[in-house]
Amino acid sequence: MAEKQLLLGDEAVALGALHAGLSGVYAYPGTPSTEITEYIQGHPLTRERHVHDQWTTNEKTAMEGALGMSYAGKRALVCMKHVGMNVCADPLMGSAMTGANGGLVVAACDDPSMHSSQNEQDSRFWGTFGMMPVFEPSNQQEAYEMTRAAYDYSEQRTIPVIMRLTTRMAHSRAVVQPAAEIRPQNELHYPAHPKRWVTLPVNARVRNRELIKNYAQFEEDAACSPFNKLSDGPDHSLGVIACGIAYNYLMENYPDGCPYPVLKISQYPFPRRLALQLAEMVPTILVLEEGQPLVENMLRGVFPAQTKILGRIDETVVRDGELSPDEVRKALGLPALPAFAASQVLAPRPPALCQGCGHRDFYTALNNVLKIDYPSARVFSDIGCYTLGYMAPFQAIHTCVEMGASFTMAQGAAYAGTWPAVGVLGDSTFTHSGMTGLLDAVNSHADVVLCISDNLTTAMTGGQDSAGTGRIEAICAGLGVDPAHIRTIVPLPKNYPDMERVIREEIEYHGVSVIVCRRECIQTARRHASKK
Amino acid sequence: MKQDIILAGVGGQGILSIATVIGSAALEQGLYLKQAEVHGMSQRGGDVQSNLRLSSDPIQSDLIPRGAADLIVSLEPMEALRYVPYLTPQGWVITNTVPFVNIPDYPPMDSIMAELGKLPHLIAIDVDAIAKEVGSPRSANMVLLGGIAALLDILDPEQLRDGIRRIFGRKGEEIVAANIKAFDAGFNYAKKEK
Repeated sequence: MAEKQLLLGDEAVALGALHAGLSGVYAYPGTPSTEITEYIQGHPLTRERHVHDQWTTNEKTAMEGALGMSYAGKRALVCMKHVGMNVCADPLMGSAMTGANGGLVVAACDDPSMHSSQNEQDSRFWGTFGMMPVFEPSNQQEAYEMTRAAYDYSEQRTIPVIMRLTTRMAHSRAVVQPAAEIRPQNELHYPAHPKRWVTLPVNARVRNRELIKNYAQFEEDAACSPFNKLSDGPDHSLGVIACGIAYNYLMENYPDGCPYPVLKISQYPFPRRLALQLAEMVPTILVLEEGQPLVENMLRGVFPAQTKILGRIDETVVRDGELSPDEVRKALGLPALPAFAASQVLAPRPPALCQGCGHRDFYTALNNVLKIDYPSARVFSDIGCYTLGYMAPFQAIHTCVEMGASFTMAQGAAYAGTWPAVGVLGDSTFTHSGMTGLLDAVNSHADVVLCISDNLTTAMTGGQDSAGTGRIEAICAGLGVDPAHIRTIVPLPKNYPDMERVIREEIEYHGVSVIVCRRECIQTARRHASKK
Repeated sequence: MKQDIILAGVGGQGILSIATVIGSAALEQGLYLKQAEVHGMSQRGGDVQSNLRLSSDPIQSDLIPRGAADLIVSLEPMEALRYVPYLTPQGWVITNTVPFVNIPDYPPMDSIMAELGKLPHLIAIDVDAIAKEVGSPRSANMVLLGGIAALLDILDPEQLRDGIRRIFGRKGEEIVAANIKAFDAGFNYAKKEK
């Protein structure tokens, strides 16, 4: 028997994929998904089997790379945080139309309560939207087993499978017993349905009808899945539907077993047949699901129904944020455990830019120029460590929306009359989604100052390789920025006068300016130093 | 038997190194374990915690309910205080007394210590001083791990020492010895206080 291992949910997915005969992982880092790819990168099997394991430029290129690998008959994994699903939505929706050849699993890690994210979107909706099955493990062992099962299922039904994790599943460690058998990788082989892969209307219309039919089959599969289970209980006053890790929070509150009938859901499309069976047993059903009320909304009709539904929408369960054993306890009507009150002397401790970080020096210089000489300036920023420039003492940015929005929003505002319009993003965000926006700026001769605070890494997620390292100025020049207005500065306190002069000069230039502000991330610099 | 621990600190202080040793020991002991960690944005100097659950039987929730933690272990005094609502009324708090001040409105130390002092079972120690005293200035975390071993029955101290040997083994004998010394100092201190 294989040795037991202590694995994060992310790592259990990674090991499950490797043991399922993975040939490539395609991913852009994003909390809480990053550790899936990092685990694969560090695993001996990856080297032994030459598994493709390089970070991609963004989630769209990741999804497309994996789809190509699936087309060629091999098993591929795509990993991202929930908002990455928006970036790869086009190839994701397309992949349901092409279907999978080699097993294709898309791991989407949601972040309810927004520990490290800008919204709470629930990736299960992509399954409904694109007509794809979704797997949602409830514990680390299941994460390992379901990932293996997802590859077989993906090939059996020729469809990509979305593996949905949430923060507490992704970033919690538990003992996992891997299977003894490690499956070989697939040989190169091409799709049995070549027409599906050319989504011209003439083919797509046929495929769409087929997919609609298949989706009904996926639901029937979910009803028979070993990962979904309806179990009876002695008390038929209430039934509970518990999805993913919500099942754990339910069971935590009943150490001797849940008194109510429970429908545990880990595979979608939601099997309505099982819900009907539960409704025959009980008058009221409580829906516990991590994220948005997807199942609850489906069960709540517009018209009067015999079965009463409780959940987030009627606020029996907390309306937003992640679930916890305490929130579920409250929803079940159980009294809180005796506990000490929260202390009144606490101060919040929000995250902050590290001492010695180059972003600090950049914002200091930028503020020195803007706050005194250009009070009408607006700074459009982006997703990364440098978003913390919003916090005191900098208060240096006015917007942060999604990856790449800084450069393009600055242009929109500039055209609307904002001056100076300043964009700020990091090197990894620049190559992820900023380059195309820079091309727009060049083509429209926008009056903007676009700053790339380059720390030579993808820092917020822990220092992964950044796709454009060493080539940032060349990329900008290649996109058509006048080389005289591509300026490079080194963010250090002793350089403030120089930095401020450069920023001023480029504000006064009424065209596209790029300021590359480059100094290595203090965290990766420390790691590199200790390696030496 | 089941015991729940909340590990607390400030992002970058290294609470996860404590969790790693406990995880290794628990796996050897054949215990069930769940350990929820914080990654991402909070690691940049924000408050961080890890929920660590150990049991001889399967564990359901990855998160510890309010009022259920047997022990709060903190590398920082205000961070110990933050998680007090999670402690059982009989639970222990073991915390470092040296504040990590990276916010402008850090409360006065005497009010933090007064709040902590209201708890029935508190061990407040200057872990850096203890680590220095035994000649292991870089092993302050292991002083706290020793404290955990003294306060919880579920973990075998010898297994934790083995865990330290496994985790730090590749860094050399000297580092292992320094960490074990710090561990023993914390263990003995907490045993006396208990």
